[in-house]
Amino acid sequence: MNSPALAAPRQGGRRNFWQDYSLPLGYAALFVVLALTVNGFFSAVNIVGLLLSVAQIGMVACTMMLCLASRDFDLSVGSTIAFTGVLGALLLQHTQSLVLAIGGGLLAGALIGALNGALIAYLRINALIATLATMLMVRGMAFIVSHGQSVGISDARFIDFGDAQFAGLPAPVLLAAGCFVVFGVLLNHTVFGRNTLAIGGNPEAARLAGVKVEQLRVWIFALQGLVTAMAGLMLASRITSGQPNAAQGFELDVISACVLGGVSLAGGKARIFGVLVGVLIMGTLANVMNLLNVDVFYQYLMRGLILLAAVLLDQLHSRGGRA
Amino acid sequence: MSALQFEQVSKHFPGVRALDGVSFTAHAGRVHGLLGENGAGKSTLLKILGGQYRPDGGRLLIEGREHRFASAGDAIRAGVAVIHQELQYVADLTVTENMLLGRLPRRFGFVDRRAARARVAACLRETGVELDPDARLSELSIAQRQMVEICKAVLQDARVIAFDEPTSSLSHRETEILFRLVRSLRAQGRTLIYISHRLEELYELCDACTIFRDGRKVAEHPAMAAVPRERLISDMVGRELSDIYAYRERALGAPRLQVRGLGSAPGGPIRTPQDFHVRAGEVLGFFGLVGAGRSELMRLLYGADRRGSGEVRLDGQPVAPGGPLAAIEAGIVLCPEDRKEQGILAQASVAENINISVRRNELRAGLFLRHAREAERADAFIRRLRIKTPDRHQAIRLLSGGNQQKAILARWLAEPGLKVLILDEPTRGIDVGAKNEIYGLIHEVAANGCCVIVVSSELPEVLGIADRVVVMRDGAISGELPRGQASEAAVLSLALPDMNPGDKTP
Repeated sequence: MNSPALAAPRQGGRRNFWQDYSLPLGYAALFVVLALTVNGFFSAVNIVGLLLSVAQIGMVACTMMLCLASRDFDLSVGSTIAFTGVLGALLLQHTQSLVLAIGGGLLAGALIGALNGALIAYLRINALIATLATMLMVRGMAFIVSHGQSVGISDARFIDFGDAQFAGLPAPVLLAAGCFVVFGVLLNHTVFGRNTLAIGGNPEAARLAGVKVEQLRVWIFALQGLVTAMAGLMLASRITSGQPNAAQGFELDVISACVLGGVSLAGGKARIFGVLVGVLIMGTLANVMNLLNVDVFYQYLMRGLILLAAVLLDQLHSRGGRA
Repeated sequence: MSALQFEQVSKHFPGVRALDGVSFTAHAGRVHGLLGENGAGKSTLLKILGGQYRPDGGRLLIEGREHRFASAGDAIRAGVAVIHQELQYVADLTVTENMLLGRLPRRFGFVDRRAARARVAACLRETGVELDPDARLSELSIAQRQMVEICKAVLQDARVIAFDEPTSSLSHRETEILFRLVRSLRAQGRTLIYISHRLEELYELCDACTIFRDGRKVAEHPAMAAVPRERLISDMVGRELSDIYAYRERALGAPRLQVRGLGSAPGGPIRTPQDFHVRAGEVLGFFGLVGAGRSELMRLLYGADRRGSGEVRLDGQPVAPGGPLAAIEAGIVLCPEDRKEQGILAQASVAENINISVRRNELRAGLFLRHAREAERADAFIRRLRIKTPDRHQAIRLLSGGNQQKAILARWLAEPGLKVLILDEPTRGIDVGAKNEIYGLIHEVAANGCCVIVVSSELPEVLGIADRVVVMRDGAISGELPRGQASEAAVLSLALPDMNPGDKTP
């Protein structure tokens, strides 16, 4: 996965070896320990299952990274997953057209994202509030269009998307991997990515340097919506139905993964490789706790603790650098 | 016995020796100036004095007693107050609450407002500062907020008060008020440390001075008045700088930039339409008091704020209004006034700061960055402008002000279609050596036929580098003077509001 596309040119400041690699090395160590100690962890079936379990989070984490890097926030992704899944399923039921179902779902997602972006960029509503509002509205829409019922999918062609396998890997995993590559390139090798970091670091300075800040924000959110819709349709395909109450709390998992991966909520800092590791850590821990039959209640507790620990560790690093 | 004494104080940071065995002594009832270029070690010294840094070696004595501050609170308790450039206050609290922050008098567990107010009012009276104890800090000017901070130091009975470039954002009149206050503190027998880049101020205020260079003390003058200016400058930069402005007479071209009827959108700061022009190869100075509307007019020209009226023509062609990017593409660029908040992308590297704009012209397939070319460009500018940085990957916020400014200049010098370079306070908070280099660049850009507009509150700077000076007052251009006629008195009479007898607004 560590293709040249993901090798980030340094964004600012020199980091020492530990700051650069402590997270992936930590993960590698964790992985080895788990492989040696936990029965059933290190098997092809389990690893593929692990990857599959974080495919949706991984996809959305890519664009959430851009949001956070631009010092914004998006709480509406969970609702968008549910809504686009329901919408796709409904369109499929009524039209039997795969193109309309997928196209309609993606378009709806992109529009929700663009709406978020416009509210934040042009009407200057705080991102937390704006996306909290759209989170509620979109969840409401999902219930309204589905009349609160799950919408079944019987079209085999649509279901095949989620079940397809290439080279032993399920399609959702490959799609997520594709997202990491595409957004890694976007972040590190295009003006879009660079300007995203710039507006996160200092929007006024970026504007005076010629960055069209408002437009860029709308694009970031539209992309977020589009990718979220992809995740939503993928989920619908896998569970063969559009569920209006799906993916509750999903946004927090995605943001946790990004923060674990070293994305700064203060904006201006992001690394795609870090986000990938963050997503994998989340998935691995859930997987292992399931293998060890840890009670689901304790899993919540553990996840919170690990998030805190990771953030504290990162703060220690940066404090050390400040003398 | 000396009031404040540093003995062989050293402080190292990874890769930098910020202070190297520095000793100096300041006496009670005197103002002691600290001079030096940025990075010479003055600020490190103040941070040690204020308890923010712990020295690696040496001793700090206050009234003969050795102190080791572990925190800023320790310093305050030992009677030391440092007035930093970035003031430290709570905007939504009142003058009284700010001055007694953390030490509000209490009665039965509740804040005793009356006692608090009385103490603050007495302190304000004693120091001769006219301020309403109940005003919120957010309603006050920067100068008044600074007064609050100084009075807070007095209220804490600080025996040693250190000022770090206190006048950098004050107007002439506010500076006068500050000086009066500093002198009265001196008369009370306090020990005052004063850092500034403005030599005029140091001569006016200081009794003695110490000069730093590269973390070492290079000279000490117990009687400030006896030291010639040239001596101070050569001590500071370590070489002779005869004429820092480096002005050369040149032939100017035809008018290149023409601005007609430029005004803000309704409610904006430029209420009446303004006209001016700049000739090819000309350096046009814009002078005015703080709040005269210079920066605001430049922001309109650049498209940073919305234009209400007016037309901008460049080489006869109209420049359509449409935000900074449109201006940049037309060849008009701006180095903003507030370098930290509006200029640099603080978290990004030097290379990123240089390339952010120009890279749009050279994308591969209209999308992908050319990393090699960007690196080459960054390195070339770092060499050419002598930007002091370990390499192009260094985060720009770690550079000194002068080097940050050079990097922003590089960002615009890299534009192949550069026609109009607008510099707003280009040398604020920058040391003499870097100033000299920036003036050199300004002349170099002008010599290539570009228009250069320099906005500055420093009169000597405007007079020193400009071919022509435009003066603003109250949001409008009040006059212009060619270089030959632009004397200090002539410019000031255009800049100052019409004086009525008895007009004494602070």
